[in-house]
Amino acid sequence: MSGSEVVIIGGGVTGLSAGWWLARSGVKVTVLDKFIVGWEASGRNGGGASHYFSPLFDEEHRLWPQMDELLGYPTEHQKERILIAMSERQWEQYRFIAERHTRLGHPVDVLDAKQVQEAVPLAGDTCFGGMHYKFGGHANPQRSVQAYAWALQDLGGKILQHSPVTGFETAGGKVTAVKTATATYGCDAVVVAAGPQTAALMAQLGISVPLAAARAEMIITEPAPMMPLGGVDGNKIYGRQTMRGNLAYGGGPHEWIDVDETGPAARPSTPLARNLAKRLAELLPKAAHLNVIRSWAGVIENSPDGRPILDRMTSPDNVVVASMAAVGFGLSPASGHAIRDLVIDGKCSFADLDTLKLSRFDTLEPNWRERRGWLPIA
Amino acid sequence: MELNFTGVDLCAINGTRSPPEARYQVVVVGAGPSGIAAAIEAAATGASVLLVDENPVSGAAMGNDVPLYFGGRMTAATQNSDRMVEAVFTSMPALETAMEAGVEVLLGTCAWGAYRNGPGVASLPDQVVGLADADRSWLVGFDRLILATGARDLAMAFPGWNQPGVMGAAALQMLLGRYDAFDGRRVLILGSHDLALETALLAHERGLEVTNLVEVREHPQGKAELVAAVRAAGIAITCGATIKGATGGIGGVESALLSSGTAIACDTICIAIGLVPSIELVDAMHGPRRLDTHRGGYVPSGEATVSAVGDCAGLADTGFDHIAYRMDWMRALSAVSSPETIICQCEEVSRADLLGVQPPNYLARPASMCARSLETLLNDGPANPDQIKRLTRAGMGVCQGRRCRDQVAMFLALESGQPFGTIPLASHRAPVRPLPLKILAEWHEPAAMEAAWDVWFGIPTQWVPIEDIGTPHENEHREMLYTGMYE
Repeated sequence: MSGSEVVIIGGGVTGLSAGWWLARSGVKVTVLDKFIVGWEASGRNGGGASHYFSPLFDEEHRLWPQMDELLGYPTEHQKERILIAMSERQWEQYRFIAERHTRLGHPVDVLDAKQVQEAVPLAGDTCFGGMHYKFGGHANPQRSVQAYAWALQDLGGKILQHSPVTGFETAGGKVTAVKTATATYGCDAVVVAAGPQTAALMAQLGISVPLAAARAEMIITEPAPMMPLGGVDGNKIYGRQTMRGNLAYGGGPHEWIDVDETGPAARPSTPLARNLAKRLAELLPKAAHLNVIRSWAGVIENSPDGRPILDRMTSPDNVVVASMAAVGFGLSPASGHAIRDLVIDGKCSFADLDTLKLSRFDTLEPNWRERRGWLPIA
Repeated sequence: MELNFTGVDLCAINGTRSPPEARYQVVVVGAGPSGIAAAIEAAATGASVLLVDENPVSGAAMGNDVPLYFGGRMTAATQNSDRMVEAVFTSMPALETAMEAGVEVLLGTCAWGAYRNGPGVASLPDQVVGLADADRSWLVGFDRLILATGARDLAMAFPGWNQPGVMGAAALQMLLGRYDAFDGRRVLILGSHDLALETALLAHERGLEVTNLVEVREHPQGKAELVAAVRAAGIAITCGATIKGATGGIGGVESALLSSGTAIACDTICIAIGLVPSIELVDAMHGPRRLDTHRGGYVPSGEATVSAVGDCAGLADTGFDHIAYRMDWMRALSAVSSPETIICQCEEVSRADLLGVQPPNYLARPASMCARSLETLLNDGPANPDQIKRLTRAGMGVCQGRRCRDQVAMFLALESGQPFGTIPLASHRAPVRPLPLKILAEWHEPAAMEAAWDVWFGIPTQWVPIEDIGTPHENEHREMLYTGMYE
């Protein structure tokens, strides 16, 4: 497909990684984004990169340590993570997870409370213990998203911001062009990686993609002294210490919202910041005096089983749909590679993506959102 | 995995939030003259009224230049909280009138956020304002929120501005006029509009030596009578000049170097170029606002439930274009200072870093990174301060952008060749005051919140390892990690 033209809808981390991978294979790539790259969930998440449950995990784990060099721009990737249990129940659950990792061949050290405090100086003596993942890691989402974008441009790819997609032109069982309000972009293939808006866009092609959008929140503190390992989770929150020292954490209840093809109307944060602050002060009591200096919210989509939809359609047969189901940032080096394979070869070269096919929802009940309680508050 | 759905998402926010701890028909934020007047007026109608003011702020907050640009020139007296509270009451006799009128008054209490249902959120049980004092935070419901948060100092960078002794005019006025706690003797003032002239007269009246006023334009900018009063006090106004830098020692500023080459000995350089309406709360709650160049910057557009009074609603309109004036200063300061001049003090971001959209110096800058610049970024779309913040960290520090957000916007306007008004306002985010985790925390949260809390969405199938799907491990996983859900 070298020399062919691929239009990618969505300048989030998934679409940009896919674009970069395709450009590496000599494809002419155009990314269309409704606003600025990484403005939605790709730039608002916790930066975790340890997705052991995914068929893309091995590739994620292999690629992240190389990404700065491959892209030519800093991502702030850091290796490994520690999870700290703050209750007996969490400790039981974490040991279960550790056993599972051992069974699956992911190296994990189980830490007692004293070892946790040695590894995580901001932790306190009230913890029950922890797990040290000798795999995965974390990166800076905002820097990474821009790194993909710039690396794609360096390979000749085009990124058109402020260009919301309005529709498609089709002929002969293929999408032949993607339209915005002001232009039409001819293409040999299309990748739809538009987050929550993916459903509305795919509906224009007569394809039903079951997705529901929700809002989630994070907080960040002023810088703390650097810990030996910044990827510290636990107490039912996720996050990281940035390379500047800030503690950025999220988690907790989400709010289902409706999102149309134009995207979220707003991303308001709420007093949930207080509940995040409580859990972070419990998790890292020696940081309890640190100032919280921002909170924010982001909108992410989920599929009915919470797993990605990463699939090439049969009609039109030159469309790849990519929704990472609320867990997309860390997997992006691998999801981009998989999308490149689906576009060019029709099949992923490094993982079995059968569990991520759209067809698993062929028999999905029409009221799937109601059954799950995934509806906006009336 | 077979999941039995019940129609209820146990990990959704629905119904889990605590209601506000108290509720008032009217909450007024800011106990300056306008806030007190608004509170008394509301109380006169029989409404329940809460009036909060963050002053006196803690010594630690002052050290972070919150809410004004104190520049480290506070005396130790500011650490004595009883004395500070007394000073606030003494300087605001109308507070007692308000209390007699039935207004509940809380000093030393900041408003760090305001929230309501609207686009993207429908889960709040009430419209609330988040408050915090030295011990804790809490939420208060309201029918009407009146913002009387005043205006904050506009900071402008020059070489050496990142040291004690460089401060804002509102901060200097507060330290002199309210607290009698200013730790300086010889003050050089930048600007010659009313703010600078009034500051000079106050400083002179309090026995300080005002070396001179430095004015970038060719003539003094303020009211003729103020100019005359300043001159009558023997204070010179040096026009057509700017500041090239400040040098200092262990105690901060010791001298200022003007663009003329003249060095002036001083321990304080007071930036009195402008004030910016404090609209953080309005913007953080997505309230409507607009740019008003004659009233100091972005001002709230006004709504039935959230209104602004006093300087928060905009500085008095005297026909003076504050934005054009600041841009003149910006151009002049940029022309005489090196690109290495720090713009964002918290994150040590220089103008060269902004021009290059470069990451902080603890990250590698490979050749491809060095080839990027604001110019290449502008090829992709109009300048956006929030994007610049992501890339350079300018505005990401503990002062929450109070010292650099306006400068970054002006910088982007200059460098992109676009009018200031085309540069989007960098987003304000709650908490709009830095608040320690242990203060912000809701330590006694509702049981429903704890019950709904999952690290992510609480979807059991989301985290089942691919290898375990369709095996007995799949159910073990759900039973262990999601007890009570989807049974």
